[in-house]
Amino acid sequence: MRDVAIIGIKNTSFGEQWDRSFRDLVVEAGVGAVDDAGVVGEKIDSMFVGNMSGGQFVEQEHIGALIADYSGLAKDIHVPSTRVEAACASGGLALRQGIYAVASGIDDIVIAAGAEKMTDVPSAKASSALAAAADREWEGIMGATFPGLYAMIAKMHMHKYGTTSEQLASVAVKNHHNGQHNPIAQYKTPITVESVLRSIMVADPLHIFDCSPITDGASAVVLAPADIAHEFTDTPIYVKATAQASDTIALHDRRDITTLDASVVAGRRAYEMAKMGPEDIQLVEVHDCFTIAEICAIEDLGFAKKGEGGIMTQNEETAIGGKIPVNTSGGLKSCGHPVGATGVKQAIEIVEQLRGEAGKRQVDGAEIGMTHNVGGSGATAVVHIFSRNR
Amino acid sequence: MIIMSVPRFWRKQVARYNLVGTHCKKCDEYFYPPRNMCPACRREGEIEDYKFSGKGEVVTYTVIHTAAEGFENQTPYVLGIIKLEEGPSLTSQIISEPETVKIGMKVKPVFRKLGQDGEQGMIYYGTKFIPDKC
Amino acid sequence: MSVGIVSYGAYVPKYRIKIDEIARVWGDDAEILKSGLMVYEKSVPAVDEDAATIAVEAARSAISRSCIDAQRIGAVYTGSESHPYAVKPTSTIVAEAVGATPVLTAADFEFACKAGTAAVQACMGLVSSKMVDLGLAIGSDVAQGAPGDALEYTAAAGGVAYLIGNKESELVAVIEDTYSFTTDTPDFWRREGMPYPEHGGRFTGEPGYFKHVTNAAKGLMEKMDTKPADYDFAVFHQPNGKFPTRAASMLGFSKEQIKPGLVVPRLGNTYSGSCMMGIAATLDQAKPGDRIFATAFGSGAGGDAFSIRVTDRIDEIRDKAAKVEELLADPVYIDYSKYARHKGKIKVA
Repeated sequence: MRDVAIIGIKNTSFGEQWDRSFRDLVVEAGVGAVDDAGVVGEKIDSMFVGNMSGGQFVEQEHIGALIADYSGLAKDIHVPSTRVEAACASGGLALRQGIYAVASGIDDIVIAAGAEKMTDVPSAKASSALAAAADREWEGIMGATFPGLYAMIAKMHMHKYGTTSEQLASVAVKNHHNGQHNPIAQYKTPITVESVLRSIMVADPLHIFDCSPITDGASAVVLAPADIAHEFTDTPIYVKATAQASDTIALHDRRDITTLDASVVAGRRAYEMAKMGPEDIQLVEVHDCFTIAEICAIEDLGFAKKGEGGIMTQNEETAIGGKIPVNTSGGLKSCGHPVGATGVKQAIEIVEQLRGEAGKRQVDGAEIGMTHNVGGSGATAVVHIFSRNR
Repeated sequence: MIIMSVPRFWRKQVARYNLVGTHCKKCDEYFYPPRNMCPACRREGEIEDYKFSGKGEVVTYTVIHTAAEGFENQTPYVLGIIKLEEGPSLTSQIISEPETVKIGMKVKPVFRKLGQDGEQGMIYYGTKFIPDKC
Repeated sequence: MSVGIVSYGAYVPKYRIKIDEIARVWGDDAEILKSGLMVYEKSVPAVDEDAATIAVEAARSAISRSCIDAQRIGAVYTGSESHPYAVKPTSTIVAEAVGATPVLTAADFEFACKAGTAAVQACMGLVSSKMVDLGLAIGSDVAQGAPGDALEYTAAAGGVAYLIGNKESELVAVIEDTYSFTTDTPDFWRREGMPYPEHGGRFTGEPGYFKHVTNAAKGLMEKMDTKPADYDFAVFHQPNGKFPTRAASMLGFSKEQIKPGLVVPRLGNTYSGSCMMGIAATLDQAKPGDRIFATAFGSGAGGDAFSIRVTDRIDEIRDKAAKVEELLADPVYIDYSKYARHKGKIKVA
């Protein structure tokens, strides 16, 4: 198996992009990443695209071919292009498939991208589309929403560990603080604990400011074998681990409502593959689709003891400059959450940090970073570890 | 508003009306929602239908203010995870004033409308839960 | 062979609205209405309740009260004037939800407020002819009254189910006989596709309710050669408190005889469930050997009279399901805006 490196990156802006279509967004990200890597189209061996629900958001399936076509990679050169889907973990999974293709030795230059265009449908329809990541037949039909499922995790976490609404809010406050320095972020406005608690209740105990938004956006990276990465860039970022785990589709079937076992197992597999532990990770992008999700994530990945994720966040240990900076990009909460793109965007944030190009968000001396991307209420988790050093 | 197509709903209608799930005779695990393959015994499992008593308790819950599509006329509604006395857990609505619902609260099943496909389409019925005072 | 009630079960939604609250909205005098109607509050369904869910709850209560194997039920008839579907039976929903399917006959009945007792009579015929082992007869309604109409003060929600059988040892009450009096009298109707019924105002009284109730009641007593004094209790269809009280006195029944079954002041008119609810409330209190005289009325119009004798078995099953008094206790009072929402008078996207 070959070592793999990321040699090019590009995010579009994240937000409500009324004047731009699904294909506009993907082409911008793809072309940008290829440009960043300094490769030409003829050199691209394959593409993997994370997309949760083109069918519901833009009534478009066959996303792989569409993207190859509009990127100029279909006609004449016929680059293979594959859509990958695991709900909100689609992007992380597309990256993982791209890593597989390069590591196997079958492909050399591979594009891993993710994209979602969510604002072409009314928000009620977008919420309904997202709810398809849960069990439609046994959760959705009872009136479950995504905030509702995570609210039940939060309620249990509060009951079991004494986590407070203020601690949940402190996740949002931190991520908005980080996001204000991220040029692509959907929300660049700092918020306070009070403003989170004053915002309308969506699903008790989650307020609207505990929830990530509906976002349009695309992200892409270019992968290459580590052995030739320096031909394209001075600062290739190496993939030290790619790991994935599954769990029950429905929240009610989980072993423990407050633990995402898929995150725990994917994390453990990643640590084993990288021969590292949580203490080696200098920053992490976790899947904060809701504030409670970040608290569970830092516990499940071993950065906080179970039940102490809230207090750790409140104590600013996960802020930039803290013990383990979490979501320097602003996370899904502030940067936005175009579901299919998020997993790739997380990797791009780590690459920017490890390259030392993160500006005011820069974690000093960062050399090793992790990403954590979750599908549904925890039925899929994808974890990657990246390093500046091979 | 289509919650689910007619055949898709009808297929599991008895399970929804009467809390009929399954039981693996091999390992004695109970499943609701019903599973046709025991996740522990897999191909060696022996699955049979089983009608649950419906007695259970609230594992966790939320009060939904921003409704799922088709549930707008029900807000605020309480959604919970209910652990049945035979072991499995399910997601359902708890029919009670939001402030009265507590984790660990005992509940029992009731027959209610789940939703309807607009004014002209099918009406969907199924099982929700209410506090069990005894 | 005796035919009668093997079990019974009632269901009333937990919400109530007071007459004062409805009167407040329309600027009516609540005190005059309350003393005129002898109704003080009425039941209101939850947003997710309808005649089918109420019928299921009542039927399940009846089945569990006597621990009956639902597979023995050979007929399910649900009487209602608020069936959720114009075409597609409520009774199949009930049959599936109580586990009586698939070997049975089922159909929905409609005869204004006496569709439930018509279902009882049909089941009596089926079990006495031994066509079926047990029949399930239900009266269930989420009654409709147009906003501002007089009916709005009384139109309530509730349902009652009776399991009708022919095995002497199983009966909690023998139905000694039944007698109906029916004419074509348009005192109340609802046209196809219309949300609210129309009625003939005071025309619903003498030529409607009183004519049919008294003729049915007198007819049965003549046929059986009984008189009011032979009965411990009496129940009459109760669209309000006044009509059954007056009908009782016209026929020679006392206020004490109708008291246990007069549930309308705190419940309102549950239409197809009305008289059947009164019988259920009376069975909740009756002793073995007691006799109950009951007459249901349905606009359109007809009266169904029943002579019922309670058996020893009543003491064995009475406490095994919720009594009507328990269903009326501890209600949740709502205001008119919530009532309007519960009744679907406010349309949400």
